[in-house]
Amino acid sequence: MLDSILNFIPKIPIAEAIETITEIIQNTFSFLFEPIKSGGNDFMEWLAEILADIPAVIVIIVVAVLAFFISGKRFGLAAFSLVGLWVIYNQGLWEELMSTFALVLISSVLSIIIGVPVGILMSKSKTAQNIITPILDFMQTMPAFVYLIPAVAFFSIGMVAGIFASLIFATPPTVRFTNLGIRQVSKELIEASEAFGSTGSQKLLKVELPMAKSTIMAGINQTVMLSLSMVVIASMIGAPGLGREVLSALQRAQVGPGFVAGIGIVILAIIIDRFTQHLNTQK
Amino acid sequence: MPIIKVENLSKVFGRNVKDALTLLDEGLTKEKILQETGCTVGVNRASFEVEAGEVFVIMGLSGSGKSTLVRLINRLIEPTEGSVYVDEENLAKMNKEDLRRVRREKLSMVFQRFALFPHRTILENAEFGLEIQGIDKTERSKKAKESLELVGLGSYLHQYPEQLSGGMQQRVGLARALANDPEVLLMDEAFSALDPLIRKDMQDELLELQESMQKTIIFITHDLDEALRIGDRIALMKDGSIVQIGTPEEILVNPVNDYVEKFVQDVDRSKVLTAEHIMKRPETINIEKHGPRVALERMREEGLSSIYVTDGKRNLKGYITADDASDARKQGIQDLNQILKTDVPTVQKNISMHEIFDIIHNSPVPIAVVEDDKLLGIIVRGAVIAALAGEGEVNLENA
Repeated sequence: MLDSILNFIPKIPIAEAIETITEIIQNTFSFLFEPIKSGGNDFMEWLAEILADIPAVIVIIVVAVLAFFISGKRFGLAAFSLVGLWVIYNQGLWEELMSTFALVLISSVLSIIIGVPVGILMSKSKTAQNIITPILDFMQTMPAFVYLIPAVAFFSIGMVAGIFASLIFATPPTVRFTNLGIRQVSKELIEASEAFGSTGSQKLLKVELPMAKSTIMAGINQTVMLSLSMVVIASMIGAPGLGREVLSALQRAQVGPGFVAGIGIVILAIIIDRFTQHLNTQK
Repeated sequence: MPIIKVENLSKVFGRNVKDALTLLDEGLTKEKILQETGCTVGVNRASFEVEAGEVFVIMGLSGSGKSTLVRLINRLIEPTEGSVYVDEENLAKMNKEDLRRVRREKLSMVFQRFALFPHRTILENAEFGLEIQGIDKTERSKKAKESLELVGLGSYLHQYPEQLSGGMQQRVGLARALANDPEVLLMDEAFSALDPLIRKDMQDELLELQESMQKTIIFITHDLDEALRIGDRIALMKDGSIVQIGTPEEILVNPVNDYVEKFVQDVDRSKVLTAEHIMKRPETINIEKHGPRVALERMREEGLSSIYVTDGKRNLKGYITADDASDARKQGIQDLNQILKTDVPTVQKNISMHEIFDIIHNSPVPIAVVEDDKLLGIIVRGAVIAALAGEGEVNLENA
């Protein structure tokens, strides 16, 4: 009886509204989505192919050598990369690994290209910060699977849809950390750069961004890790790679192959994570 | 012509700036205005002029508005009201581009916590101002090196700030400011973060640099001793208003109100007051005219045990003691030259009291203050003690 108070208006058609909006977007911007989809797909395939064409042994050695130098000439990460990548190769997952890596690479780069400028905008304008913060909260808390639906609607299934979903999910940390990093630059340094007559862009490029670099890099590290996790989820809408192996093992209830593909993702994650972290700590 | 002229400069922080300004005009206090409007008065109608080549010290306790005032001068903080003229251009009214030009060419700032860029080497830090102006690499690095040499850091070019001690970091801050060759240096508590010995060194060095470069310096400090040491003139601030502007002596000797008086009462006067301030008119006799009899007579009148002797042009010749004069009279000697003592303790008029202590405690006679051999005055022990106690008859009219 009491609940009738709550029923003073009938159910609002939010879901229907969203559907309509999505449809409108889809129809109006199809001239945009189409080329992005086909171009993006071609590019991704091309990239994945190139990566897969490089002999695995060369990739493994190059990664191990890079790991050695990037970690300050220590053997830990190099040895791990060497063994880890060989295990993936040994399990016959090399091509999948390369597809996943291509997806992570592209979606991370796009996230950074979009995220850093937005973060800078946020740090410069309180209004922008007030508007963008809730949007970021929304983007991060909405279950990642939900993004798959419009992604498919706009770009149909495949790599581009996967990257689109991953962008939405993975960009926020870069934006947030860029904003935070710039806002944390000490007031006296800002005053110093202004007192010497810097223009806005000189201040940004010569003081704020270099000072915020390590914070921004921490955000980028997060973004890369999130793209990796999203790339796995995106296999549900046809993104190729290690995620697809996990998914098909899940569908057939095969513990073994599922576990092996999972290990492959973990190895890739650890290598990428350590690489980005070491890039950060370097002077 | 003053290089910097500040007129009725005010800064009110908060929302109801207009109300606060009206209340300020009505003469309400800072606290009252905060209660009524929620606005904080940072600076309250400050006016002063700084001449080229002058070291102008703005001093006050924390919260007195001195840091706000210096930031109003280069407009790091937007003034609420009033004008700042730099070379007759009103900074408070100019557009961003002109403001940048003035900041680049005329004003440089040195910060309390150094504000060096940690990601840049010492050389790159010193180059910053020039780099901003778009000066090419070779020229700016040449100028920056010169300026680092000047502060004694020529061999640290490729270190990073964190590798240097506090004192050295602040030298870099100074070098960075000087590399621009500005007309005015704004120094915001530049030495306050340094420990006392280093601070004193830096003060000395600044004064030395100042002697050779003749920049105009606006120096902010909360340390009165520092203000007195380096300032040609001092503006004392309280609650955002300038309470008194004057030379160190004027502020010490003629405080305008109780606040200033209380402020300066603990000062080590010996560092500020000079021989000129505590000397008094000497009783003398003229060696060309007078003999022992007159000398004795005059000493008895004045209650002295010795008296200074000059020639007709007031050139100091020496002194004679009462005992010698009395002996001379008994023996019938007329020429004062025979009993004249010439081991006179003399000082220049601008010597500090600090240095007078050493001389006066060994001297049987008052110290003679001279200029080009002419006797200007004498200093007796009593005057020294009285001046230290802050109550002696200090003659500013001599200054």
